[in-house]
Parts: sequence; C-alpha cells; structure tokens
Amino acid sequence: MIVAAVLVLVAVGSVAFHFLSPWWWTPIASNWGYIDDTLIVTFWITGIVFTAIILFMAWCVWTYRARPGHRASFEPENRRLELWLTGATTLGVAALLAPGLIVWNQFITVPAEATEVEVVGRQWLWNYRLPGPDGVLGRVDVRLVGPENPLGVDPNDPAGADDIVVENDDLHLPIGKPVRVRLRAIDVLHNFYVPEFRAKMDMVPGMVTYFWFTPTRTGQFTAVCAELCGLGHAVMRGGVVIVEEEEYRAWLAAQAGGTRRVAAAR
Amino acid sequence: MTTASSPLNGFPDRVPPAEVEDVELYHAKSWITRWVFSQDAKIIGIQYATTATAIGLVALVLSWLMRLQLGFPGTFDFITPAEYYQFITMHGMIMVVYLLTALFLGGFGNYLIPLMVGARDMVFPYMNMLSYWIYLLAVLVLVASFFAPGGPTGAGWTLYPPQAILSGTPGGTGSGIILMLVSLILFIIGFTMGGLNYVITVLQARARGMTLMRMPLTVWGIFTATVMALLAFPALFVSAVMMLFDMLLGTSFFMPALVEMGELAKHEGGSPLLFQHLFWFFGHPEVYIVALPAFGIVSDLISVHARRNIFGYRMMVWAIVIIGALSFIVWAHHMYVSGMNPWFGFFFATTTLIIAVPTAIKVYNWLLTLWRGDIHLTVPMLFALAFIVTFVNGGLTGLFLGNVVVDVPLSDTMFVVAHFHMVMGVAPIFVIFGAIYHWYPKITGRMLNEAMGQIHFWVSFLGAYLIFFPMHYLGLIGVPRRYHELGPTSFIPESAATLNAFITIVALIVGAAQMLFLFNLAWSIRHGRPSGPNPWRAASLEWQTPETPPGHGNWGDTLPVVHRWAYDYNVPGAAEDFIPQTVPPSDTAATGEHR
Ligand code: HEM
Ligand SMILES: [Cu+2]
Ligand SMILES: [Cu+2]
Repeated sequence: MIVAAVLVLVAVGSVAFHFLSPWWWTPIASNWGYIDDTLIVTFWITGIVFTAIILFMAWCVWTYRARPGHRASFEPENRRLELWLTGATTLGVAALLAPGLIVWNQFITVPAEATEVEVVGRQWLWNYRLPGPDGVLGRVDVRLVGPENPLGVDPNDPAGADDIVVENDDLHLPIGKPVRVRLRAIDVLHNFYVPEFRAKMDMVPGMVTYFWFTPTRTGQFTAVCAELCGLGHAVMRGGVVIVEEEEYRAWLAAQAGGTRRVAAAR
Repeated sequence: MTTASSPLNGFPDRVPPAEVEDVELYHAKSWITRWVFSQDAKIIGIQYATTATAIGLVALVLSWLMRLQLGFPGTFDFITPAEYYQFITMHGMIMVVYLLTALFLGGFGNYLIPLMVGARDMVFPYMNMLSYWIYLLAVLVLVASFFAPGGPTGAGWTLYPPQAILSGTPGGTGSGIILMLVSLILFIIGFTMGGLNYVITVLQARARGMTLMRMPLTVWGIFTATVMALLAFPALFVSAVMMLFDMLLGTSFFMPALVEMGELAKHEGGSPLLFQHLFWFFGHPEVYIVALPAFGIVSDLISVHARRNIFGYRMMVWAIVIIGALSFIVWAHHMYVSGMNPWFGFFFATTTLIIAVPTAIKVYNWLLTLWRGDIHLTVPMLFALAFIVTFVNGGLTGLFLGNVVVDVPLSDTMFVVAHFHMVMGVAPIFVIFGAIYHWYPKITGRMLNEAMGQIHFWVSFLGAYLIFFPMHYLGLIGVPRRYHELGPTSFIPESAATLNAFITIVALIVGAAQMLFLFNLAWSIRHGRPSGPNPWRAASLEWQTPETPPGHGNWGDTLPVVHRWAYDYNVPGAAEDFIPQTVPPSDTAATGEHR
C-alpha cells in the first residue's frame, strides 16, 4: 500500500542521503575531533532510532490497515511495556549526554600553556590584537575607541604599549600551539566562526568571551560571522592563516605598524 | 487497569454531583453582536483562526521571497539585504506568535474547549471577545510596520539588542522596531484575557462527570500550553517594555557602552545577555506552547482514525504536564554560544536531554496506538502520520543541539533552521491541517473535499521533507543562518547552490499546494458532502451536540452528562466500534473505561 511504502522510502531515503550526498562537514583543522566524534555517536544513535520508528510505523500502517472484518484491540495501557521503553530511552539519552559533557568540560577548560590572541568584531569587519613581547594584552575600554585607536586600547596601561593591532590582514597563528581566543565586540553581537576549527562563541559588547583551540593543519581558512549583526552580517568575512612557527615569527615581526599606532594614540 | 481486572465491572455510574450551575448566557440581540462583536467562543475561535490564517499567508509569501533570493541569488534585485532581513524577521515572528500560538490557543482553544468539556461557553465571554479584538489590533500594528518609514524591523525574530535598536539594522532606529514591540505587547495583553478564560473554563465549567482524567488529550494539551503561556509571556512583555525604554527614554537595560557607526552611543552599563535570558525564558516554553496543543490534538486524531483507545492515557497526561514544567528550566540551551558563563552548559544540557524522555514516551504511545489498531487512512490520519515523521526527525536533531558541545559547531547554522522548521514549523502545521480536516465537518456541517485533501497532503508532506531534510547538511558544512547570500566562501562547495535552488523550487510547489487547501476550505462550505453530526464516529463530547454546527449555548436545553473517557473504541462486547462519552454504562453491554 502506498502510505506504508512511502514511509519506508522516507526512512531508507534519509539514510541513503546521509551516506551518499556530497554535503558533509569540512575537513577538521583543530584539536576538536572530540566534537566530531560526539556528533558521529549522536548521528548513529538518533539515526537508528529514527529508522526504527519510521519502519515500525510503516509496518503498523500496513498490518493494521482497516479492512472488512478487522477490529482494533482495546488495551488502555501496558505498564511493563511503558516502563521498559522509558528505561531504554533514559539509557540512550545518558549515552549521548555523558560524552557530550566530558567534551564540553575540555572545551571550556583552557590549557595553561595557551597563548592569547584577541579577535574584535565590529560592523562589519574583524580586527585582531596580539600581545607584544610581554605576552600580555593591555587593558581596553570601548569609550577610548576612535579612528586612531580602533580597539580602544588604554594608553595608560603599559602592558598595552607593545600590543600588535592587525587591521588589514588575516590573523596568522602557529600550528600545534593552543590558543585562547579572547573575543570582544565594540558595537553589536558578532560571532567569529571558522567551520574547520569547529569552535565558536558570540562576541558581546560590554563583555569579554573566549574559546580555545589548537590548530592542527596549515592553510588559509575563511571566518564568517555567525551572529546576526545587521545589514553586513553575511559579508563579514575574515581570514585565519595557520603557518609553521618560523613563518609565524616573520609575520609577527612585519606587523610592527600596529605597535606604533597605539603608541601614537597615547 | 484493563477492563477484565477493573473493579468497576458492576457498572457503577461514576458521575459526581453537579458542581457548577448551568449559567444564563449572553444572547446576541443584533446581527453585529452575533457575528462581529460576538461573545460566543465558537465564533471567536473562527475569528481567531481566520485572522491567524490571513497573517500566516503573509508569512508564507515572505518565505517564498526569501527562498527566491537564496535559491537564485542576484536574480531578483528587488530583494536587497535589508529587505531579506526584514522578511526573515517578520516571517519568523508571524509564524511563531501570530499564526501558531494564535491558531492553537485562540482558534482551536476557543472552538474546542467548551465543546469538549461540555460547557455552554467560556466562563468570561466578554473578556473573550476583547481578547480577539486586541489580537486583531496587534496584527494590524504589525502589518502597519510594513508601511512605516524605513519598513519593518530586520533584527531577526529574536530581536537581540543592541543591534535591534541601532542604525545598522533595518528599522532599528525608525518605527519598525517600535511597532514590533508595541504589537507584541498588545498580543500578550489580548492573549492573557483569552488565556485566563481557557484555563478557568477547563477548571470550573466542565460538564457533570467530566473529571480531569476523562478529558480528551486535546484539552489537556491546550490547557497546559495556556498555563505555560500565562507564565512565559510576561518575560517577553517586560523585555519589550525595557527595550522600548532603552530606545525611547535612554535607559540602558540591555545596552552597554558601545560604538554606533563610529560614534560612542549614549548608553552604558546594560547587559545584552539579560535580554537573551528573558527572551528565551519566554522563547523556549513558546516552543512547547505550540507543541503541546499539537501533541494533544494528534493523539485524538490518531485514536479516532485508528479506532483504538489512546495507548497509555495517564502517561500521556503526565508527560504533557512534566514537559510543560521542565520546559521552564531549559531556556539557556539557546545560549550555549552566547558568551554566558560556560558552566551553565552542564546544567542546561542535562535538563534539556531529560525532556527527551517524556517526549519519547509520547511518540511511543502514538505508535502503540497505531499498533493493533484499525487504521483508516483518512486525510486527518495521513497528516497525523506526517506529524510523527517530521516531529521525530526534528526531535532527534534536538538531541544534537541540546547536547551543548555538539551544538557548538552547529549553532547559528542552517542546521538550526532545518531543525526548528521540522519540529515546530512543519510538525505543528501538519497537526493543524489534520485538525481542520477532522473538525471542519463539525464547524460547517460539510466534509472537505477528499481528492483535494489527498493532493494537499502528499505535496505538503513530501515537499516539506524535501525542503528541510537536506537543509541540515548545509548547516553541517557550516553555512550560517540569516545569510541572504553565501558569497564566495572557501568552505562552501558549488553544489550547495544547486541544493539551494532545489529547495526553493520545492518550497514554491509546497506553497502552491496551500492555495489548493484554502480553495478547498472555501469551496466545501457550500459544495462539500453533508457530514451529519458525527462523520468519524468519534466518542468525544463535541461530536454529540444536538445540532451540527453546534448552536448558541452548544447543548440545547440540558448539559451533557459524562460517563466515561473519550477513548472507548472497539471495546470488547460493544455493538458499535465506539461508545460516546455520554453513554451510561448500563446502556451498553460493554464496560470500557469509566475512570
Ligand atoms: C514551507 C514553509 C516555510 C519555508 C519555505 C520557510 C523558509 C524560511 C527561510 C528561508 C528562513 C530564513 C532562513 C535564514 O536565512 O536564516 C526562515 C526562517 C524562519 N522560519 Fe520559516 N519557512 C517556512 C515555514 C515556517 C513555519 C511554519 C514556521 C513556524 C514556526 C517558521 C518559522 C521560522 C522562524 C522562527 C525563522 C527564523 C527567523 C529568524 O532567523 O529570525 N517557518 N524560514
Ligand atoms: Cu554578523
Ligand atoms: Cu528551547
């Protein structure tokens, strides 16, 4: 019968689409393979449940179709069956949640050796700030933002004097070193998202947020904005370039312009 | 508690004494008070439903425009980025609040509650009438924003500040956002008037014998959703008021010190996250405000059309109540990547996944109602099956997004758009369709045309699945939501554009099928096959009215007396395959369930 057949087709077709379609996540370029693993576990568990439910439904629609002489059976409840199903579901849910929470704990716990970089979102572009030789980012205040001081670095904080502000270039990062990405916005919400890194977090004016990751693959990656920020939201692109250590040092040295600029604002 | 072991086998007639006096109704004196400023819940329900459908059509047309832009970017220069954002905002808000909430609670709630619990009308008919007119005013204010200078707001349906009230957002500094907030405030006022009515009617005006545990699940769903809405909407109400203050009076509830278009704005010290917490304290329950009535209604559709008692009625009631309660402590799962304290993630992921358990129980019980049933593949039943497919699909992807760390890559991508359309867009809409095919005969006395119904069903079901199932995979690639174009982006393959074009074409076809449905609604009023009072041979009270359509006061001279639950189908030993709720045990050889 058509309805049962279509239901089978929906179940089988969805599974086939999942495995055969060309659309799948980007090759990963960070340490967050754990997130991918959790996602895969989730796909398997939910996929099996989905297929089982739809196939069972198709079977019911066929087997218990109305026909002359057929009657439904009257059975208000079945305590044992209901308890059994509840128990099995609870187990399945726990099997999803436990690995999820373990990986979340890793995601929010920044390793001590991570270096810090700052990404600042503004309508509709990205700026970056790297700590100078002192390894510390200086204090900031939005009220100091101006044409000469796009990120509002506080000129009275010595830690900020050597900070490197990157305005017209991609963010470069060395491969294999954990980075804590410090996130700020100076106007509205934004979200710095490089799909290959898997990590993302909103940037909120008035707050500092963060995520961390370790780049595991060199190359050029596109960053998009993943939080609605007004008219230019869809065109707010940035770039991250992951390079070997020496190359990174060379790039850093070439960014001296940023330093002078902050010093001038003092 | 099967019949065999029931202690009630000696046919005791468990009908409690009347608690509520039969009340004198307001009787309309003129055509105007009868049909326009009506205080009859049935008319008010139809007014709500008609208005919600009309504004819903606007949202549907907006979805075509958005899909045209996404499927064929650059082809339609009349769709600018600003307009795209205005379209998604109005589409989302209309669909969630002005269509689904209004239709389920104001439409079905008004029409069905008094009939299903055996009341003559809502307890406060005058306030009920006001509720509709304030809702209409809210809709008109919303529509007015389309014509306001600068157009409607383009802040996204979540209206997140600071951008919602800044100049970088369409309608952000003009009247667009103000009209949106005012319209929401009006909606909530109107809803509160109606909502109190629905709750108190269920609690106070049930017919003799209609104990709470004999109520059809439709009533349980609408009742619980209304209680939730009464508790959740105030959070939206205050955030709308606070945002208006921030914008018009210069307060800074949600506005920190920030730079607006190169200038330091006059705000300082507020918190954008505060708004998000308030919004989702409303917004998450809202999902269930739409879902619970759908759960209830679909349970009844499945039971009637599978000619079998709903399986595990008590579990179903408790699941509705538990889901309703739990849904107030999961809101921040919408904020995993909002920058809130990351430790909240543990708590909210746990509560969110716990909700999956009662929700799964509901799904099992629908399936177990089909199991060993006598399944009639009527149009309402087809839509009920389609609901199960899309709801299960969307519910399962909820386990991705609820499991905090899995949400990190997926949040704010098209995966989310696909997920919520499946679970709270398409699934409840299918229940609405099923419900309309099911109750239309009671409302008009005629059946909807079956052939048109079949076409409408197949195109809508297969189409909606083809639109939203592949869309998940766009999100998996990393395509963000709320993008009017993908642009040249290294990680997005060319083929994504092909998929987008395909989705658009299907969306237009699905949209066309809805026109056929509307035509059917209008055509069948005069040309439909006369249905008689109870075409589906259903047991619940609304099918036992003395007149069809039910007259003023619903029940003629005497209120019905209820002797059993609403699910006595195919009771062993009964002559018919259903026993109406009004039949006393002594009148039938079979006992069924008295409870
Ligand atoms: C076949 C019918 C529908 C189509 C083709 C459709 C299409 C769309 C599209 C293209 C978007 C914008 C996606 C983006 O760029 O982020 C969207 C957003 C949305 N839709 Fe639908 N939609 C449909 C039905 C519904 C229904 C029934 C609901 C009811 C819940 C709904 C609720 C929403 C919401 C809440 C948004 C988010 C708006 C925002 O991002 O602010 N849609 N829809
Ligand atoms: Cu953005
Ligand atoms: Cu939610």
